[in-house]
Amino acid sequence: MNDQNQAFSILIAEDDSDNCVLVQTAFRQVDMPYNLYSVSDGHELLNFLRNQGRYLDSDAAPRPDLVLLDLNMPRKDGRQALAEMKADPNLRGIPVVVLSNSGLQEDILHTYDLGGAGYIIKPPTLEGMVEVVKVLNQYWFEVVELTESDHVKNGREARSV
Amino acid sequence: MFNNAKPVTFLIAEDDPDDRLLINEAFQESLISNSVFFVEDGVELMDYLNRQGRYADPAVAPTPDLILLDLNMPRKDGREALAEIKSDPRLRYIPVVVLTTSKAEEDIMRSYDIGAASYITKPVTFDGLVEAIKGFKQYWVQIVCLPANETVNE
Repeated sequence: MNDQNQAFSILIAEDDSDNCVLVQTAFRQVDMPYNLYSVSDGHELLNFLRNQGRYLDSDAAPRPDLVLLDLNMPRKDGRQALAEMKADPNLRGIPVVVLSNSGLQEDILHTYDLGGAGYIIKPPTLEGMVEVVKVLNQYWFEVVELTESDHVKNGREARSV
Repeated sequence: MFNNAKPVTFLIAEDDPDDRLLINEAFQESLISNSVFFVEDGVELMDYLNRQGRYADPAVAPTPDLILLDLNMPRKDGREALAEIKSDPRLRYIPVVVLTTSKAEEDIMRSYDIGAASYITKPVTFDGLVEAIKGFKQYWVQIVCLPANETVNE
């Protein structure tokens, strides 16, 4: 079980702003402290994760505990971004859950083949998205152990001084 | 709400016979019925996945949709088996969830690094285990899409 006092950081990669708002609204309905971040294409996603481009400040762009990844995004799509994340030794430990409109078997298989930790077809309604977010919250932040995130490590080190 | 009515086949690698019993019972407790197969160590796990020896018949050893993996097992431990599975192009698409007693940060980090989909520390009580399995199934069986095995076994 994870320490209930820590705020989890979730990075959402989604090009459609309405969908992004839907996901964020759904998370707000769950009673957990979250830090939600969003990027709108694969290129920005990698910049965020590597603290490059306009994400140089690691306080503003901390290492997320979980990435929610749309597949179809401009500039660099989710498939390519996932491949890059999992090929990068600094990033591949971050769980990535695909949240996509695509129901194609090849997209599902390819996601797992690349190392995705789940594939969810985007529910079209807020109600449906809240259901998904509740289960995501319960699974990833209550059932599962995650790699100790940087802010927890930093907090622990600060307290021990 | 979600129509993942297709039954999911789980393969559980667990060396402790009491834990196997408890896990099986925890699976039965939740109302979603699935197929659950057990192996007792990492060698059996790889034999099962590679259809070796007594696992040659796919009817006896169907390809699992998901693997639950203990780390500490004799003969071949879960860490080694996980590395083998995730480096095999025929097997690496199968999600592997570590379910083990270890809470060590090193084990957690390395498991994700090697390609485990998730890491669950075995709850110490049966009720805790039932809760964990329930949460695990809600995610993997109810909301997540898993690859359909028909397209993979070509």
